[in-house]
Amino acid sequence: MIGGLFIYNHKGEVLISRVYRDDIGRNAVDAFRVNVIHARQQVRSPVTNIARTSFFHVKRSNIWLAAVTKQNVNAAMVFEFLYKMCDVMAAYFGKISEENIKNNFVLIYELLDEILDFGYPQNSETGALKTFITQQGIKGQHQTKEEQSQITSQVTGQIGWRREGIKYRRNELFLDVLESVNLLMSPQGQVLSAHVSGRVVMKSYLSGMPECKFGMNDKIVIDKQGKGGTTDDPGKSGKQSIAIDDCTFHQCVRLSKFDSERSISFIPPDGEYELMRYRTTKDIILPFRVIPLVREVGRTKLEVKVVIKSNFKPSLLAQKIEVRIPTPLNTSGVQVICMKGKAKYKASENAIVWKIKRMAGMKESQISAEIELLPTNDKKKWARPPISMNFEVPFAPSGLKVRYLKVFESKLNYSDHDVIKWVRYIGRSGIYETRC
Amino acid sequence: MTDSKYFTTTKKGEIFELKAELNSDKKEKKKEAVKKVIASMTVGKDVSALFPDVVNCMQTDNLELKKLVYLYLMNYAKSQPDMAIMAVNTFVKDCEDPNPLIRALAVRTMGCIRVDKITEYLCEPLRKCLKDEDPYVRKTAAVCVAKLHDINAQLVEDQGFLDTLKDLISDSNPMVVANAVAALSEIAESHPNSNLLDLNPQTINKLLTALNECTEWGQIFILDCLANYMPRDDRESQSICERVTPRLSHANSAVVLSAVKVLMKFMEMLPKDLDYYGTLLKKLAPPLVTLLSAEPELQYVALRNINLIVQKRPEILKHEMKVFFVKYNDPIYVKLEKLDIMIRLASQANIAQVLAELKEYATEVDVDFVRKAVRAIGRCAIKVEQSAERCVSTLLDLIQTKVNYVVQEAIVVIKDIFRKYPNKYESVIATLCENLDSLDEPEARAAMIWIVGEYAERIDNADELLESFLEGFHDESTQVQLQLLTAIVKLFLKKPTETQELVQQVLSLATQDSDNPDLRDRGYIYWRLLSTDPVAAKEVVLAEKPLISEETDLIEPTLLEELICHIGTLASVYHKPPSAFVEGSRGVQHKKLTARAGSGESAESPDVGLSGPSEAPPAVIPSQGDLLGDLLNLDLAPPTATVPSVQPSMQMGAMDLLGGGLDSLMGDESDTLGGDIGGSPSMGGGLGVAPAAMPAALGGAPAVGGGLGDLFDLSGGVGMPTGSYVAPKTVWLPAMKAKGLEISGTFARRGGIIQMDLSLTNKAMSVMTDFAIQFNRNSFGLAPAGPLQVLTPLSPNQTIDVSLPLSTSGPVMKMEPLNNLQVAVKNNIDVFYFSCQYPISMIFVEDGKMERQVFLATWKDIPNDNEALFQIKDIHLNSDAASNKLQGSNIFTIAKRTVEGQDMLYLSVKLTNGIWVLAEMRIQTGNPNYTEMELSIKCRAPEVSPFVFQCYELVLKN
Repeated sequence: MIGGLFIYNHKGEVLISRVYRDDIGRNAVDAFRVNVIHARQQVRSPVTNIARTSFFHVKRSNIWLAAVTKQNVNAAMVFEFLYKMCDVMAAYFGKISEENIKNNFVLIYELLDEILDFGYPQNSETGALKTFITQQGIKGQHQTKEEQSQITSQVTGQIGWRREGIKYRRNELFLDVLESVNLLMSPQGQVLSAHVSGRVVMKSYLSGMPECKFGMNDKIVIDKQGKGGTTDDPGKSGKQSIAIDDCTFHQCVRLSKFDSERSISFIPPDGEYELMRYRTTKDIILPFRVIPLVREVGRTKLEVKVVIKSNFKPSLLAQKIEVRIPTPLNTSGVQVICMKGKAKYKASENAIVWKIKRMAGMKESQISAEIELLPTNDKKKWARPPISMNFEVPFAPSGLKVRYLKVFESKLNYSDHDVIKWVRYIGRSGIYETRC
Repeated sequence: MTDSKYFTTTKKGEIFELKAELNSDKKEKKKEAVKKVIASMTVGKDVSALFPDVVNCMQTDNLELKKLVYLYLMNYAKSQPDMAIMAVNTFVKDCEDPNPLIRALAVRTMGCIRVDKITEYLCEPLRKCLKDEDPYVRKTAAVCVAKLHDINAQLVEDQGFLDTLKDLISDSNPMVVANAVAALSEIAESHPNSNLLDLNPQTINKLLTALNECTEWGQIFILDCLANYMPRDDRESQSICERVTPRLSHANSAVVLSAVKVLMKFMEMLPKDLDYYGTLLKKLAPPLVTLLSAEPELQYVALRNINLIVQKRPEILKHEMKVFFVKYNDPIYVKLEKLDIMIRLASQANIAQVLAELKEYATEVDVDFVRKAVRAIGRCAIKVEQSAERCVSTLLDLIQTKVNYVVQEAIVVIKDIFRKYPNKYESVIATLCENLDSLDEPEARAAMIWIVGEYAERIDNADELLESFLEGFHDESTQVQLQLLTAIVKLFLKKPTETQELVQQVLSLATQDSDNPDLRDRGYIYWRLLSTDPVAAKEVVLAEKPLISEETDLIEPTLLEELICHIGTLASVYHKPPSAFVEGSRGVQHKKLTARAGSGESAESPDVGLSGPSEAPPAVIPSQGDLLGDLLNLDLAPPTATVPSVQPSMQMGAMDLLGGGLDSLMGDESDTLGGDIGGSPSMGGGLGVAPAAMPAALGGAPAVGGGLGDLFDLSGGVGMPTGSYVAPKTVWLPAMKAKGLEISGTFARRGGIIQMDLSLTNKAMSVMTDFAIQFNRNSFGLAPAGPLQVLTPLSPNQTIDVSLPLSTSGPVMKMEPLNNLQVAVKNNIDVFYFSCQYPISMIFVEDGKMERQVFLATWKDIPNDNEALFQIKDIHLNSDAASNKLQGSNIFTIAKRTVEGQDMLYLSVKLTNGIWVLAEMRIQTGNPNYTEMELSIKCRAPEVSPFVFQCYELVLKN
């Protein structure tokens, strides 16, 4: 298991050093500094073995977090733990910076004592931790016996991510469906590869221990219902459902229930968290189509025409649109004309950057550019990197729809209808490229 | 409130200040002081001097202060064991505290203090805490047993803590179960044979129930423990798999990987025809792909594991090639791993896409990555035959970029492609040779040298190229030196005439001037091989190499099985068994996959072939060892003496007669040239002057045999037997070498018939009978025209003279020298071998007089390159006398001219095989006592010219 945990600043000075196991000596702290932080070259692996001691590290801004071990530990677990530790620290004092770490070093030691015991990760949900480790010193001495046992049962219990007794005057929840759509398209408009990776992020402000059930237009669920004859028009529902390649859930979701019934039920943590992640590759709505036309006029001139077409409902607006058209290295000058937005040639980035603030659906816009080239004797042809695009659209390109999020809290007197629910869809470009 | 002020270092006297503050009455001040102490401790200052003062602060009801003091204690108790005792009372008291958080804190901290006296006091509180009513205390106590075991294993056993720990597996609280499992697993690791983790279906059931309820970390502990379980039958395997599969949807990658480990392991036990087996395979792919959207460090761990999974079960991810395409912003370690998996997944179906990607990568910035991409292109060529041509052209494009490391890498892989597809892409060699100068890495140099040696016959200036490398021989790395040695030997075997010096040079460099035993040994092996049995040398060195396998870098199967059992752990990241990087006894047990009983797969015993860090996978592409391998095939090559006669190849025929007699041949005749080779007499005449290969026109001597004969140069081509027409008999086979039979002999041409005059002398004590004679194939097809006529038994000390008529209709093979004849003589005792040389005038035929016109035309027709000039001195003959003398040996004068006081003779000779040798002889007649003759000889087969000249000289001088 984890033998020790060190936090360094960018210079390699130790900010936090906690050793859990006898086989890790103080020299381990220096070994990592000398061999990894002070090593001139680029980091070639996040796992380093120095003198039979293994170091796992992650970096957050200019802070190094390193876990040390001499055993055959579960490597995936160590990294997951390091990320989790960053999350916990961020939840307590915000950004992970040298200053914040120095300011909170006592707190960090306290947390490390709690979430890692003899190198074994223990409950590390901030919801639970905050009940007994606080920045204002430890509660404890003033707690009643009931409060104390409530804390311990929560920390060790099945629902370690949520404390009991949360109360809100207004029960409210926010669901964000955040997707990033990735595309690689051939110059002829053929889709070479496309996939959406999505996340459902939930902010819950709900009283008590609410039991939630989340439903979306998952093809498997809809088809199952269709078979049962509950839906009236299977053809219609088939169109609106989406095939999910794979999904993962926050630990609050009962996985065995998902596996058997494909229903997503859970008691949510309080506040913001990521409920699920998913991937789809089929029937993706591509919000934009890029049609490039590059013509080489002689050896010193290039004519580029790029048309972008928006492909969604006219009532919706895409934002932050940016088209990046690469130019050859020997470009000497560029003249650009665009119908909409602003376009600029950025010599340092070897690209023409065309920005449009907003664009409605089913529209098209065009840019044409003349690129002057310096004559070179470089025999190698310009490789023509793909044209890339950035945008944000107010819908989910995967076609995912939230069908319901039901909230049940039997002990408190509020019902599903009393909860105010907000759903928002945001589709962003991932790597969205068209070859030219 | 900022704590960072504690980090600001104060100067001298700090310790005293702190001491004072620690003993302050004010609580706040005390707390501040302890914080300063902890801060100093963190940055590595020794604050152990403050031990008593800090421990004094322990008895407080301020939990924050208490925790800080405990932290200090854990760090320094070991260095101050006596004073640490002061803390015991407080610990014991805290273990009774009504607050479960404090009870747990006390037991947790006590376990971390590795001082014997404290440990003694720990036992009672620990026993209580293990049965505490509060689960938080119990889960902490469970881990504490593992801590105590680490300090004093015997104590834990004696106190019966292990049993209590086992009971906790049935605890109602899932986290207690998880921690108990973790503690037991760790303790079990250091007791390989104990039945500590007595996993049975009931406990497994409990674990699976807890799996659904405990924290993500607890799930990992339980899954890792489950992976060690051995289900009794495939139904149990299946039911466990069914209960583990939901974990594949967990957001925590470690949970997913541990679940994958359990499934990969238990899948082995499922029958392959089971529907569920296929379902399971399908279920594994999506979560593995999803792992690639995790943070880069986890992606790295995932990719290292996927690398193993792809080797074990390629079917799982065969359709997922695209997700391994490298993204521009991936960290380098992710890029390199992705590339590795791409090659493993490359198949005919996706090769076009893969190649397009690889070509992109080859233009990236990171040198390692670019190199690997170039190498990957080569591996694709080897793996997918259909793509080989495209790969080669891609590589050539890359070579054109002239980027140094790209070129070098490309050359290394092209070498492998040559080996995989012989005689297909050698046309690119010229392009490769252009880049010779830019190669500065040993591997690339070695590869290039290999190519030059291997294809020496296609590279006109191969000898120059290799010679250029030879200049800095001692500065090269061993890899290059070895390759250079082998390449030059290959070159010599292919083009013996021009490269003799080169091979001598490299052999002496390797054997005499080198300290490297590998190099020296290889040098000696070649040297001896060349000198004792050049035919074998050729067979060995130029042997057909086995084609290289398409799957490279595969992990050795037993190691792979072990690593599959370690999915998710460091072992799977390093691709090494835990014993390779873990000290002591921990984790050194070898795990293995267990196949389904009765299934076709082999179930090996656990320790088969896995002793120690056997990390090196079998090198499927032998890189630097390949030629050594070739050498070691020596024993496998067919032994020369036992070649079946049914095989009618030229080479074999030669061997047939010669059998094992070469050694004795070399022994007595090799002195002539042995000296100049640098001290190794065994090298002998094998490296003697070798005339250029005789063209096929010469009696149709087949080219295959041509090179072989060169090596049988036994007397260096000088020292023809002296004598006029018929040289006196010389001893060809000394009695010592032939068990008492001495043979001497000579050749004569009588009446158009070549005769071999032999004297057989019996110098042994017993009678010899049953004589027979046989010739090896030779340049002019000499063969006995009849049997050896020794009719009476040969008594001791008796000599018999025999004349053996020879025909020229025997099998032809070019010999070295041309007039060499290898003979085998058999008697009742044994078979003996010797070789002798016949004057080439034996094969000058009687009708060798050419028509004048034909002579003129032929003279003009033969290119001037074929003209050879010789001088004969100290001849006391005028032109007429010379002409007469020559005619006796079938050298005919066609015309005579006198120009400026010099006589010019035009002469012709016809050989038995129909080759004409024309000559112009200029005789200086001015001084009768001192005549100098200049001879220019023209022949379509110029290699006979020196021999013809020798005949002229012999005839004229005698």
